[in-house]
Amino acid sequence: MPAVEVNHIVKSYADKAVVNDLSFSVAQGEIFGLIGPNGAGKTTTIRMMMDIIKPDSGDVTILGEKLSEASKNKLGYLPEERGLYRKLTAIDSIIYLASLKGMDRHSVEEKADELLNQTGMLPHKGKKIEELSRGMGQIIQFIVTIIHNPELVILDEPFAGLDPVNTELLKRMVADLRNHGKAVILSTHQMNEVEELCDRILMINHGRSVLYGKLPEIQSKYRSNSVLLEFEGKLEEVPGVTEKRTHKGYVELVLDGKTTPQQILERLVSTGITINRFEVATPSLNEIFLKVVGKNHG
Amino acid sequence: MDKMLLIFRHEFLHTIKRTGFIILTFALPVLALLAIGISHIASGLIKPPAEVTKIGYVDEAGGFEEFTSPGNMTLVRFDTREAATRALIKKDINEYFVIPLDYISAGIINRYTVQKEVTPPSATATAIKNFLSSNLLAWKVPATTVARIEAPLNLVTTTLTATGNVATEQGGLGNLVVPGVFGLLLALALVFSSTYVLQGLGEEKENRLMEILLSSVSTRQLITGKVLGIGAAGLVQVVVWVVSIPFLLNLASSSIGGFISTIQIPANFLVLGVTYFILGYLLFAVLSAGVAAISATVREGQGLASIFTLFAIAPFWFFSLLLVFPNSPIWVVFSIFPFSAPVLVMLRLGMTGVPAWQLAASIAVLVLSIVGGLLLAAKLLRTYILMYGKRPKLVEIIRNLRRG
Repeated sequence: MPAVEVNHIVKSYADKAVVNDLSFSVAQGEIFGLIGPNGAGKTTTIRMMMDIIKPDSGDVTILGEKLSEASKNKLGYLPEERGLYRKLTAIDSIIYLASLKGMDRHSVEEKADELLNQTGMLPHKGKKIEELSRGMGQIIQFIVTIIHNPELVILDEPFAGLDPVNTELLKRMVADLRNHGKAVILSTHQMNEVEELCDRILMINHGRSVLYGKLPEIQSKYRSNSVLLEFEGKLEEVPGVTEKRTHKGYVELVLDGKTTPQQILERLVSTGITINRFEVATPSLNEIFLKVVGKNHG
Repeated sequence: MDKMLLIFRHEFLHTIKRTGFIILTFALPVLALLAIGISHIASGLIKPPAEVTKIGYVDEAGGFEEFTSPGNMTLVRFDTREAATRALIKKDINEYFVIPLDYISAGIINRYTVQKEVTPPSATATAIKNFLSSNLLAWKVPATTVARIEAPLNLVTTTLTATGNVATEQGGLGNLVVPGVFGLLLALALVFSSTYVLQGLGEEKENRLMEILLSSVSTRQLITGKVLGIGAAGLVQVVVWVVSIPFLLNLASSSIGGFISTIQIPANFLVLGVTYFILGYLLFAVLSAGVAAISATVREGQGLASIFTLFAIAPFWFFSLLLVFPNSPIWVVFSIFPFSAPVLVMLRLGMTGVPAWQLAASIAVLVLSIVGGLLLAAKLLRTYILMYGKRPKLVEIIRNLRRG
């Protein structure tokens, strides 16, 4: 049973489609990247999944059923626009918001101490939210999102504004969620975070799906049929190479359509140069993002 | 525990712990205590002097010689105006008056004093009037008739029921006290409680908490829990005020005396009072929730909400007119108009009998308005609560509401 199934959802504001016939599914035990430029419709899609706003058409199934009050308890949601009660202490904020997820006070206190300790926030549990730094507040929000052991966790820009140490800490915790069989939807602008964490991605632009699938497959699809080479010696003409681009410390050899990287490697070895690095060029997600979004822009 | 109850408990505790709430709850009884204290001090300061006031008079008309000691005043006769003026300057007398030769035909009395006054003191005017009438009627009619002419009536009104029996509620100012005080407290409670709802939702919107809450609860649970939780806190506030009233009235009775004993509570008042508090609060609270949804900031929301909270206190602006014409058609209309009904009906109950059909119509319209307000607020919350930083235009709101 997929954790999330979204079928042909549409949402329009003032006759403008913000999300247009979008479909995808998220499996349990995977981190799913929801990416796209500003205004692409990511947050609207998430809000429809959370039943905060209703789609004009299409439907969403969460953990095999339509979202209900009971199934909301199985979800953890960290929205992009987030905050806490400024006058409440960190622990009181956690207790109140976790109780709305169906946890009893005793369980919350026990689990909160564990998570606060894990994140180094235990000494701050009695402080008011307004006394904490923005990053600390964000960690408390993350704790609130996962404290009730949800089956599905939706994180909208979870690392924005965090320092590198806390970013690494939260990344580890997100990866742990997957390792424990939870489904995680990660919406972010940071393509390196997606490459690092996500198993599959959905890229949307103007409310439509433009890329959907496993990350290696997408990268393979956008591969430019070239190899990267670091070497010592003199590089002569190599049959099957149509172009040689020199970069700082390495060269990129663009292959013709008939020659494989394996054949090129054999030919390079035969030329007698010392090969320090040979790599099939794979485009980064950022490059694919720019290529796809740039193509669809406007 | 049900999520709505969790929100109810959180909002109730959060509200009663607010510094503003605590100050307001106890400030009103404290202010009333201060007012009573000041009233005691003032009444001590403005007591009439114990010593006898000497008033001179010059009788040019003739025949005004007797009845010269009315109350704690002594009337001293002078033969000429000059002699009276000299006595006044020497402070032998406090003032004097002249009964001129043509007094019987013209009725003019000339009064002379060294004090600067707005109007003559009523005690002095009464003393002079009684002195003149007593002398004019002396030996012509019996003394009891003279006394009756000086105080011709003591009006005692008895209200009868439709069947001709003596009514249980006899009206009067005493009857107005409890509904008046309750109406005032009701107006304050309505305004402040709906402000708390507005602040609560507005702060959650400003602090970007709304989306987190809506990922756990429905809009209906959020509004219901919040409105009832803050309403319960408002009720606690009213209870504190109402409980302090008997104590305060007891204290006040020493300065306003017998008036307290005339206080009556209309038989149906308590039931109607509680009903109107609950209905009025619910209406104002759900509308405040709607206003919070479309407002960018709490401050902006408070400005918008003042449009309907003004109606709650408006009956007090027209209190004097209401006192004179309690059954005017305009008050009947505003007793049914939902924003003004709770307070206005309370006030009218103390002044006159409000017909049952008006009470029924007023309660029915209030209930319908609450239902409509709740649907409207829920729709506005769903549509606009996640819109940050700008307020939608009225045209846009209407268009979105029409779309459903």
